[in-house]
Amino acid sequence: MLGKLTWDAIPFDQPIPLISGAVVILAALGVLVWVIAKGWLPYLWKEWITSVDHKHIGIMYVLLGLLMLVRGFIDAIMMRAQQALAFHAQGYLPPEHYDQVFSAHGTIMVLFAAMPLVIGIMNFVVPLQLGVRDVAFPTLNSVSFWLTATGALLVNMSLIVGEFARTGWLPYPPLSELRYSPGVGVDYYLWAVQISGVGTLLTGINFVTTILKMRAPGMTYFRMPMFCWTALASCLLILAAFPVLTATLAMLTLDRYLGFHFFTNEAGGNAMMFMNLIWAWGHPEVYILVLPAFGIYSEVISTFSGKPLFGYRSMVAATLFICIVSFCVWLHHFFTMGAGGDVNAVFGIATSIIAVGTGVKMYNWLFTMYGGRIRFTTPMLWSLGFMTTFITGGMTGVLLAVPPADFLLHNSMFLVAHFHHVIVGGVVFAVLAGITYWWPKAFGYRLEEFWGKAAFWFALAGFYVTFVPLYVVGILGMTRRLQHYDVAEWRPWLMISAAGILVLIAGAICQMVQLSVSFLRRNELRDTTGDPWDGRSLEWATASPPPVFNFAVLPQVQDAEAFWDVKRRAREMHGSGSEPHYEALEMPRNSPTGFVCAFFATIIGFALVWHIWWLMIVGLVGAYATFVVFAWRDVPEYVIPAEEVARLDRANRIARQEAPYGASAI
Amino acid sequence: MSAAGTTITISDPYRLARGPNLARGHGGGGPATKRVIVGYGFWLFLLSDIVIFACLFATYTVLANATAGGPRARDIFDLNHVAIETACLLASSFFCGLATIAVARRNQILIQAALIATGLLGLAFILLEASEFAALYARGDGPTRSAFLTGFFTLVGCHGVHVTAGLLWLGTMMAQFFAKGFRPDIGRRFLCFSMFWHFLDIVWVAIFSLVYLVGTRL
Amino acid sequence: MKSVGPMVRQAALQALLCLAAVMLAPSLACADSILEPVGPVGRGDAIILLDAVVIMLAIVVPTIMVTLAFAWWFRASNTRAVYRPNFTYSGRIELIVWSIPTLTIFLLGGVIWIGSHRLDPFEPLPSTAKPLEIDAVTFDWKWLFIYPEQRIASVNRLVVPVGRPLHFRITSASVFNVFFVPSFGCMIYAMNGMVSQLNLQADKPGKYLGLSAHFSGDGFSDMRFDPIAVPAAQFADWAAGVKGAPLDRAAVGVLLKQSRAVAPYTYRGVDPALFDAIASQKLPPGEGPQSGRGAPGTQNAMSRGRAP
Repeated sequence: MLGKLTWDAIPFDQPIPLISGAVVILAALGVLVWVIAKGWLPYLWKEWITSVDHKHIGIMYVLLGLLMLVRGFIDAIMMRAQQALAFHAQGYLPPEHYDQVFSAHGTIMVLFAAMPLVIGIMNFVVPLQLGVRDVAFPTLNSVSFWLTATGALLVNMSLIVGEFARTGWLPYPPLSELRYSPGVGVDYYLWAVQISGVGTLLTGINFVTTILKMRAPGMTYFRMPMFCWTALASCLLILAAFPVLTATLAMLTLDRYLGFHFFTNEAGGNAMMFMNLIWAWGHPEVYILVLPAFGIYSEVISTFSGKPLFGYRSMVAATLFICIVSFCVWLHHFFTMGAGGDVNAVFGIATSIIAVGTGVKMYNWLFTMYGGRIRFTTPMLWSLGFMTTFITGGMTGVLLAVPPADFLLHNSMFLVAHFHHVIVGGVVFAVLAGITYWWPKAFGYRLEEFWGKAAFWFALAGFYVTFVPLYVVGILGMTRRLQHYDVAEWRPWLMISAAGILVLIAGAICQMVQLSVSFLRRNELRDTTGDPWDGRSLEWATASPPPVFNFAVLPQVQDAEAFWDVKRRAREMHGSGSEPHYEALEMPRNSPTGFVCAFFATIIGFALVWHIWWLMIVGLVGAYATFVVFAWRDVPEYVIPAEEVARLDRANRIARQEAPYGASAI
Repeated sequence: MSAAGTTITISDPYRLARGPNLARGHGGGGPATKRVIVGYGFWLFLLSDIVIFACLFATYTVLANATAGGPRARDIFDLNHVAIETACLLASSFFCGLATIAVARRNQILIQAALIATGLLGLAFILLEASEFAALYARGDGPTRSAFLTGFFTLVGCHGVHVTAGLLWLGTMMAQFFAKGFRPDIGRRFLCFSMFWHFLDIVWVAIFSLVYLVGTRL
Repeated sequence: MKSVGPMVRQAALQALLCLAAVMLAPSLACADSILEPVGPVGRGDAIILLDAVVIMLAIVVPTIMVTLAFAWWFRASNTRAVYRPNFTYSGRIELIVWSIPTLTIFLLGGVIWIGSHRLDPFEPLPSTAKPLEIDAVTFDWKWLFIYPEQRIASVNRLVVPVGRPLHFRITSASVFNVFFVPSFGCMIYAMNGMVSQLNLQADKPGKYLGLSAHFSGDGFSDMRFDPIAVPAAQFADWAAGVKGAPLDRAAVGVLLKQSRAVAPYTYRGVDPALFDAIASQKLPPGEGPQSGRGAPGTQNAMSRGRAP
């Protein structure tokens, strides 16, 4: 009846997951009860859960990403603590548990924290920057989000029902085959990543269509803001790379469920093929994350330097260059498999060529600051922190791309330090900069600066204290994923690294304090003008938060910096901008399709993990029924009358009179 | 960008830029029509699906010789059987094309008839494929026999699953034409369906050539 | 240039080694650092590593300094800095911006090309001495080192003669692992059904650190072995005096079962075809665990196809 699911699945013998799982469940129930008691459920349902508004979906993505960032960070704290303790000892985590912790940490951080954060910011910002009212497929966007949430839910479910993979964040066979991983951990991994991967793929389709086919009139390709270019490059990578992930994980699934022989040790299976396939996705995945991050830095540095981006076309070229070359480098993840001098050299050189694109970007940001008037706001600090950190992180990356150096450093703690160096310094800093930068646009008030800057300095210091020692132990020969060790020379460095985590915790606390303090003081920090930073692109041309339709009248773009250009012209003509002609607007209706899909996807995923076949059929039938019901609806849109549009926009125009940066003149 | 700026009169800050290409959905022409957006998005989806098939093709090629003592490609393929399958699928695409013409002419009867023919031929294809698979299973040459058979069953089976999903979609499509007539949104969905159906043809042509034709020659 | 190049490199190398030594001082007393190799392969790899660092630091350090300088000088409150809001393009700067990284990578590309070929792990070492043949097999979770010429084998201990090239053939009897002795240099994968080759040499006697550099399951932390380099004569004595049971298929059957932290022991009398039997999958692969949450009785439930 319940497949493999029995009471044995609950880890009664392991207090740590049991207690933490119980705490999470209680907290979630508490929030739910609170929401119901306050009567907020209808509001949540109408405005958020069933919303197809790209702004709301973006915010929900970011919220999911932040929650998962905390979960992954707790895993990180556990790992650093374990390695600090486990010298000539077992530490406090047995291998069975420690292996799940580092696997979950990697999976969650890359796929359920970084991806939702980056996609969330893309969701919120791209349509606004393009000057349009929504993405190409709003309901599909909601489906994407809810499928990602399903994946995150399944990963976290494994904490208390069953176990998570003990194979690392990429389940290399033969270790991940049924023979060597008979538990449900790998199955949880497969279905969670597969379901959320479909969501990500749909996002990629949605945003490529949006960016290529739905820009405001006059916005030619070379007038798109840099963030849109990087989002486009990232989504093109998603389109080309995520299907590879889907196919690869499907093959592993067939091996595990139906006894196929793609990657098994028996009957001619070829495990090395998995390495090739998974990294053909995995390496572009890194650029899927980091290209939008580069876009965020471009926006932030340009705005706070009070200058357009230096070398815009060069920047576009470098972005597309990285986009293409990132598909020609995957083999550097296994130089030590012995592919031979020619192959290794070609892939090593291809990998280091990517540094040309990144280097160009670095210099362009540098010259954007040159001749600027730099305001050291929190987002700008994150960007400067990134520029100084990422350049050395990139250097260690190129070092690992040199095959003979990689022969010494492959899979070592040096590698661990390297990719945290670029992902924390590149992506996490960018996301925090982006959240601070666009927060006023999303919620109508700025974030408090003092706690934001405190968070930055703690994070920067904590980052170095945590990860520089890991470079050192890597040079001392320490490999990654060790649950215990007996080499005395490693110990002091691992202790320092654990101390660094404490500094990072302080940073995380400052960040949370910043959000709380800003919320409490939101009236003082209110942004009524829609343009708190003297912005340059179109998202600042509308109210904060923007009305549901974003722009009452689609803006006519005449310059690469659409809004800056408008402000300049308005100043020159002394503010004689006349009221535009308003028309009634059609906007997509809310739809529970995404949420219902996620509900059935969760059922299907859970049923497959535990081999509950009848439940899987119920889920599949439900999913098909959802599809038909959605396809059957007759009125996909609702109309906002012209008077309503005019009323909302007039209020915005009046508020703009107060604007400090010349927008008042419009 | 500054060239446009200098020639413009400053009286209207929202004036349309004079770019070379002002068609909707191109260059500076503003958002494209819904039909273009839907078709384009679905086309991107098909591209991503092609990447999935590309992975399966690559895997099949890598594993083609890993027979683990089991049968080789030329031992199990029956080209006559496959030729009939191919004919069914290609013919069904022809009827799908007829349906497209019928939609353009808004002829309900012709649409239903053409779609039924498309569906029946698709179903025949699936049944033929199922019979091929069943015969292999019965001989003990299922996908668990060797890595080669694993790759074969997955590649061809994945195409079969696509065709089956296409048949479900086709049924829904017929019901929608019947119940809702020729609304623009139904027309857009049919555009996607016909692209999907022709895409399955293209993939099948690749399977037919690279798996069956090459396989029997090896 | 020809005479200056190596000198500059030498100076930079020494400077870097000093820097590294200062950084590592507290722990360098007797550490197995990849920057203090004891053989030609490790030295070759480390020199390439340091070369690459020097090449890159030459642009990384100035770039960081200029970043901080620009950020500081062009702060909004600095009235002496000239505000140039329209400085958005300069052909000369673009040229420099593209050429600096390109030239660096050009240089580095040369290092990569030469290094990848010269230090390819499959390439025999340039030496007059005949290499010592060693066949390594990874099990869950222990290392087996077979000395086919001596007809002996050793678990979790690798004894090698100093100054003589070593030629390894490496495979795995279960999941992936990576053979790694930081002091010797170059690592390489051990994979089921495949044979990797590795050429190493140890020039200094001593006991070193040996481990797997690829996660292989719950017992991974105990995938440790003791590489011991001894003078040639002492090695001959050791090889002649090794005691133990013969290593045959039955003995391998025991090794195939999972076990952790196995104390080193030896075999005398090795079936010479054994390594090839494992590598060509004539022997079944490691058994794997018989437990896992949500997997009661998995060994019955799973259908693994028919045995060939």
